Formats: sequence, structure tokens, C-alpha cells
Amino acid sequence: MKFGVVVFPGSNCDADTFYAVRDVLEQPVEYVWHRSTDLKGFDCVILPGGFSYGDYLRTGAVARFSPVMNAVEDFANRGGLVLGICNGFQILCESQLLPGALTANVGLKFICRYVNLRVEQTGSAFTNRCRHGQILRIPIAHGEGNYYCDPETLARLEADGRILFRYCDESGETTESANPNGSLGNIAGIMNDRGNVAGMMPHPERAAEPILGSADGRYVLRSLVSALVNA
Amino acid sequence: MIETLGIDVRGTVENTRPIPPEVYREMGLNDAEYREVVEVLGRHPTYTEVGMYAVMWSEHCGYKYSRPVLRLFKKYREALDGAGLENAGIIDIGDGFGIAMKMESHNHPSAVEPFQGAATGVGGILRDIFTMGARPIASLNSLRFGDLDDPHVRYLFEHVVAGIGFYGNCVGVPTVAGEVYFDDCYAGNPLVNAMSVGVLRTDRIALARAAGVGNPVMLVGSGTGRDGIHGATFASVELGPESESRRPNVQMGDPFQEKLLIEATIEALDTGFVVGIQDMGAAGITCSTCETAAKAGTGMEIDVNKVPKREADMTPYEVMLSESQERMLCIVEKGREEDVGAVFRKWGLNAVVIGRVTDDGMVSVYEGENLVARISARSLADECPTYALDTEEPEYVRKAHNVDLSKLPAPDDCNAVLLRLLSSPSVASKEWVSDQYDHMVQTNTAVLPGSDAAVLRIRGTDKAIAITTDCNGRYCYLDPYVGAQIAVAEAARNLVCSGARPMGVTDCLNFANPEKPQVFWQFRRAVEGMAEACEFFDTPVVSGNVSFYNETPETAVYPTPVVGMLGLLESKDHRCEQAFREAGDVIVLLSGQPILSVDHSSLGGSEYLKVVHGMVAGAPPSLDMAAEKRVQDCVLRLIQKGLVRSAHDCSEGGLAVGLAECCISGGVGARIELPAHESAAALLFAEAQSRILVSVSRDNLARVREAATAQEVECGEIGEVGGPRLAIRVDSGSVVDLGVAELTEAWRDAIPARMVV
Repeated sequence: MKFGVVVFPGSNCDADTFYAVRDVLEQPVEYVWHRSTDLKGFDCVILPGGFSYGDYLRTGAVARFSPVMNAVEDFANRGGLVLGICNGFQILCESQLLPGALTANVGLKFICRYVNLRVEQTGSAFTNRCRHGQILRIPIAHGEGNYYCDPETLARLEADGRILFRYCDESGETTESANPNGSLGNIAGIMNDRGNVAGMMPHPERAAEPILGSADGRYVLRSLVSALVNA
Repeated sequence: MIETLGIDVRGTVENTRPIPPEVYREMGLNDAEYREVVEVLGRHPTYTEVGMYAVMWSEHCGYKYSRPVLRLFKKYREALDGAGLENAGIIDIGDGFGIAMKMESHNHPSAVEPFQGAATGVGGILRDIFTMGARPIASLNSLRFGDLDDPHVRYLFEHVVAGIGFYGNCVGVPTVAGEVYFDDCYAGNPLVNAMSVGVLRTDRIALARAAGVGNPVMLVGSGTGRDGIHGATFASVELGPESESRRPNVQMGDPFQEKLLIEATIEALDTGFVVGIQDMGAAGITCSTCETAAKAGTGMEIDVNKVPKREADMTPYEVMLSESQERMLCIVEKGREEDVGAVFRKWGLNAVVIGRVTDDGMVSVYEGENLVARISARSLADECPTYALDTEEPEYVRKAHNVDLSKLPAPDDCNAVLLRLLSSPSVASKEWVSDQYDHMVQTNTAVLPGSDAAVLRIRGTDKAIAITTDCNGRYCYLDPYVGAQIAVAEAARNLVCSGARPMGVTDCLNFANPEKPQVFWQFRRAVEGMAEACEFFDTPVVSGNVSFYNETPETAVYPTPVVGMLGLLESKDHRCEQAFREAGDVIVLLSGQPILSVDHSSLGGSEYLKVVHGMVAGAPPSLDMAAEKRVQDCVLRLIQKGLVRSAHDCSEGGLAVGLAECCISGGVGARIELPAHESAAALLFAEAQSRILVSVSRDNLARVREAATAQEVECGEIGEVGGPRLAIRVDSGSVVDLGVAELTEAWRDAIPARMVV
């Protein structure tokens, strides 16, 4: 089992993700340079958070044209596991590997803080170690995490059980005040129809050790391992 | 103007004529300094040369007024007399690791262009850190603004915070701590002090030296434009009505380039082929060439035509003075240009050879064949004329001290006062600020913003560091000597409350126009106080920055000598936070003086006096450094032994605000019983120093008492954690009784409510 963490110019959670896989999951992991065109040998590819190409044009809009994204697309088409975290989620939406878009937070400000997520789907490669309705405490850090998609797409996501996480309060209610960025239906993470590509705005790698304030992110990361073991 | 005066902006050294006084004065040189330039050169300067001298001999670069006073700092004095300032900013934390840290002001740029001014402040200080070979692991900010009721102040506040977030978030260095104070004196001249902290291997410190005659000199990073020309000179005059026209002097930040530059620089240093490296901040290529050459005792020749530019037709003067951001000067082992250049190009950055190291001690600047400047590197870098300025104690000091505070009416509703203090923006929650900063990236932040200090683990060790910035400008206004000592003591106290042993200081000394004797008196007294306190607490000042001329025609800023302090936790498990945690725990006030020793005069300089009575008067709290040290040593040992569950120092707002903060962050109340006292205001709201609130389980109480007695520390058992309310009784009568929810709301909503107008 081998994990790859893609490094775009401007990625800044690449090392954090690398450490979480190596030191917390204790799984083999390598960096994948953005010019790389070959993902042979990898079982799971993670697009980390950060500001690829400075995100000056629109988050993820330049990174999707990186050579590595062709390889990621092939990898996903062949059934490989792909997880996009924060900027990685934005890139996956820009690449149309995931539906919808991430627009500016309703408050128009960058927000970094711990939030609560309710697990909506436990039958996925990304959440199989969670309990249904479990509340995970995992931080967000983004300026553009306001998930939007058209009503038909939303209906399909709901019907297919492809919404993985929603922002909620401490008791698990998906209230408006628990929604930090204005996301449609409090959506914090989704997956594609095949169930092998997912994106989430919260950072599981930042909540993978008790010293960081929460270890709930491990539920997500360990789900990847379980999915690969059982594949 | 230049053309009409008949000056040749591309003039060469062979054929120079006198520079008209209006030209060199506009650049910031006075007549005597110009005469000295002519004497050093043995001829009149070219236009390029006079610009280079003006910027290097500005207060901002040359410290011409502050240097004689800064010699009071032990390490600075030793560095000037010995090995130079180079590695001064590094603190050894053992296990082969060192921490590099530095703080710098970006006040004037932020006053006229708050977003870019603040952003480039962050970028500049980060370069100071990674140029030493250290990976930046944390940023902090110390900010001062006017009153938030003023719309212009809100504009400045909003955009400074956004600018810091824009840069810091993108570059991937967590902004973990800092402070924000609001006071009218900062209305037109906000203070924006950025601090950065990096970690390096002590056996691999990069040097800012142009060693090895013949070695190529490379310029790496961004192209050079016309932005920021004479930024350093702009920093060395007062702000005025025409300052708006200075917006072109403000540089533009590109955090994406900086992120690439960080990675590329660290990778390039790993090749072992980089002989010397210096970042470019104030005075751009001028500063980095002359300083690296002066430090190595060498010279340097460069050709401005080889500098990658982003604008056409730039003159040598413009290239030499540009403060375009995200650039570094690299001196590389001869023959290894390609190895080093390849690393930068891999990251998509320029890396161009612009010259070479020479043996003649001169900085020679060519434009193609033409020699447009030829100046002794030392004369530019080290021989800026210094001045001993007059000092005079300002009249306001004695007047303020003579105000009789015993005549003040007693508060009739301490609940209302406490809520007002908690909602005073200087005291209130700064979540509105810290939420806009990524404070978690790099996944080392073990204590998030909001406690006494940030704590970060150091990967590869069991250790952690704690960092904080502190300065109460009001205290320093009332008594700069005591105020600066308190800044040091409070910073150390915050670190101790987090479980760290204080190790060292970086400072940022913000003052008004030093050419006014009253201001220079404030500066001198503050430095004396800080130097003394730093020696006493064994926290040497290892780096720093001076920012003068922080005034507008309306007002001057309070003397604001900000202390950035680093502490070390031998084990990351020793970290401690301010929040009350367990109902039933005993609340103990450990202090240098008995709890009842406060009186009316202790309210001098307090937030209470300012908020409730609209007064800035009295003397600041007194500081007994020996007692302070005993309290800190005692608390640190208690934390290390695991005998306390929380620790928090009492600062602005006094004991009542300190207790409220412990309740708010813990989400739990407390019942407090205090003995009879002549003044409830003094008891609750005086800002007496050397006081730390700890919560202790009943099982450990006896050991805490013993430790306090053994270390001659006052140990006041004042109450118990628990319930949903903060209830304070004095002599069995209720003086404060408020729900934690109500306290939290007042404290948390204060700044957001003022920003939604």
C-alpha cells in the first residue's frame, strides 16, 4: 500500500499530510511533484491544502492544468483512491472530478477554526471507520469553502448518499449558525458517483494527534487504509 | 525636478558635479552628511551614489540616532565590538536545534496602504528568518490602532488584519499569537510589528557574507520593479497630510513567490554551494551588496543591466533602491552557479548572476560598461554617522504622576464595570483577528491563540517552544523605564504560565520623532529599563528593530517598546493553559505582594481608569523584579511537576478580568471570597504585577502551599472552580455575580459588533 501526496507550487499542507500518513497511519508515502505524469505504484493519492499557484486567479483554477492532474484523472478513472483536502477539494471541483464549486465564504473572510462535522455516510472508502451520525471535531482554514451545486446535482448527491460530512453544532444539528461558510446544505465533503474520489474542506491531517487538540481526523485517514486493505 | 536641475541620472563616477541641496535633502541626507559623503568619496557623488548613501544612512537602515543607546543591550554591544550582528538572532535550544527569531515594524507603509503594508511586513520578516537557513514555523503580530469608533481606524484595522492573513495564510506559516491594543494615540499612525520564528540546525547556519574573491553573486527570486523606492527613507520621517502621496513607496507582496522562495532557498542551502546569502528588504540591492561585502571584508561588483526587471527603462538609481519583494542575494561557490540556479529554476524562480566578489572593499555598480557607483562597502554599511541626541523629561510625566487617584468615586456596580472592561477592545476576545489567520498549518501548534502564549512542538525532539509578544504602551507613556521592564516581565510571565522557561527576546521599539528631546528621553529610558530587565530575567535581546517618527501633526504614539519573547519547554507535555478545567479545584493567587497590598494608587495606568474614568494618569504599577522572578520560578516548577491544572497572569483589567478570562476559556464559573478592603476598585481592577492565578486539585493543594512558602511567594487561596457563574464576594458581600455566558458574550462580541457598522 502506498500513498502519494501531490506537491503543487504553493501547496502548504503537503508536509502535514505526508507526516500524518507516515507517522500516524504508519503507511508508506511519497511526494508527487506537480510535473509528474505517472502515478504507477500508488494506491491512494491525496491533493493537499494550500494555495496552489497562489490561488490568485481562482482557487484551484491554475492547478487543474498541472501535468500531474492528467495523471490524477487517469488514476481516478482506473479506480484509484483520490482525496482532496481544502485546496485539493477546490482543484478536484475545478477539474470536474467532483461536481459543484467552492465559492467565497459568506462572510468574505478567511476562517481558521475547529468545527463539528456530522458523518452522513459510513459506507465509503473515506468514512468506513466512522459511525453514522458521529460528530467529528476537525478544523477548517479557508477563504473559499462555500460549496455550491445546481439543484439536480444536489438531489443526486443526496439520493446516492454521496454527501460525506455536513457542518453541525455540538449536538449534531446542521443549523445555519453551525455553517461557517454558507455551504449549500451545510456540505463539508462529498464524493463522486463511483465512490473513489472525495473532497472535503476540513483538514483531517490537522486533527490526527491529541496534542493538536483533536484526533478525530484519524477516522477519515484510517478509513482510507481500511478501504485499501479490503479492496 | 531632476531633469530641470540638469542632473544626469545615469552619470558615471569619472565626471561628477555637486548634487544640489534640494535633491539630497529630499532623499533624506542633511548638509553635514552630504559633506561627509564628498569627503569619503574624495569627489562629488553620482546620482546613484547619493541615493545609496541616503538610504543606507537613514535611521531605518543606519540606526544613526538609536545605535548609541542600543549599546545598552548586552548582546548588541558584544556583537558590535566583536563578531558582528550576524548570528545574533539565534537561540540554542539543545539537541542540535536553534531558534531564529526577529521582529520588525511596517508602521508607515501600513498607515497609507494597510493591506500591502501589513502583508509585506510579514513577508520581510519571514525572509530575515529563512535567509539564516531556518524554516519559518510561526508568525506573530503586535498591532496598535486608534479608537474603533473612528471609521478610518476600522478601515486600517480591517485591512491590516486582511493583509497579514493574505500573506501568512498563503505562505503556509501559522500566525499563532500576538496582541492588539486600541488607543487614540495610534489613530493616524497604527503600529504593525511582525515577528517570525524559525527552526534550524545549529551546525548549518547560513551566513550573510560575500566571502571568496571571484565567487559569483546571484540575484534570485522576483524581478525588480519601481516599487518601494526610498521606503526606508519614508520610514524615517513623520507622517503628514502629504503621506498619502507616499503610496507608491509601499511595496507589493506576492506570498506565492515567497512560498517558492522559502522552499528553493532551503533546498539551495542544502546543496552546500551557497557561500553567503542575504534577503532584500529595506534598501534592496544596495543594502544586501554592501552589507555582505562589509561583513566579509571583501568588495563586490555588479551590473544593473543583468538584474531581471519587470519594468522598462529603469535607471541604475531605481534598480539599486528598489524594494521589490521576494528577492535574495546569493553568493555561490565559483563553478557551482548552475547547481544552485537549477534549484531556483525548478521552483520557477529567477536565478541570475549579476556580479562577483572582489578584493577591493568597494561596491562597484556598472550599467553595462559605465561605472555609475563606486563606494566603500564599509562606509555604506557600518559608517553611518551617529548622533547623540538631547533628552528631556516631558512635563506630562510629573503631572500624570501627581494626579490623586484616591479622590475618584468608587464604582457603584462592579458587574457593569467588569462587563465594560471585558468589552473594551484592548481586553476583549481577538478571535475576530485570529480566525482570519491560519494558526494551525505545519501541525505543530499545541496551544492555539487565546491563552497566555502560543506553544509549538519541535519535531524530532520531545521539546516545545512558547512565544508571546507584550507591551502596554500606556504604562510606557507614564513611565517608559518601568513600562519597558513590565513588558519584559509580563512576556516572561506569559511564557511561564504556558509551562516554558523564558530564553530570549527580540524587540521592536516604536517611538515618535527622536529629534524631539522629550521623545528621545522616552526612548532612552525605555531601553534602559528593557536592558536591565532582560539581564535580570536572563532573557537577552538577540535581535530587534527600531521604528521612529511614529507621529502625525495631531499626535505622537505612546512609546511602545514591544517585547517578543521565546520560551522553552523541555517536554511538550509540560504545556499549560489559562482555562479553568475541573469543578472543585481550588483557585490560588500566587503573587509577589499580599493580595491586599493594592490601594488607589495601584490603579495608575489601568484599563479601569481609562475605560471608566476616561483617564490616563498615575504611575504605572510598580515592579519588584526579584519578587517577580520568585513567582515565576515557583509557578514554572509547579507546572513542570503537574501540580496545577491551569495558570494565567493578571494583566489589563486586573484580578477580576483575569478570573473572568479563566472562566470564559474553561466554560465554567468560579466562586471567589476576598477579604475586606478599603477599595473594591483597586482589589478587583488594579493591575498590580507579579500575580498568577492557578487552579489546583484539592489533593495537590498542600504541596502548592509548601512550594510557595519555600520560595517566599504569597499564596492566596481565593476560591473554587465550579458552577455556571463568576461570583466574587468581598468581606462576605457580593460585588460581582455574572453568568459565564454573559461574560463570554461581552468579551467575544465586542470587536465583531464594532466592525459591523
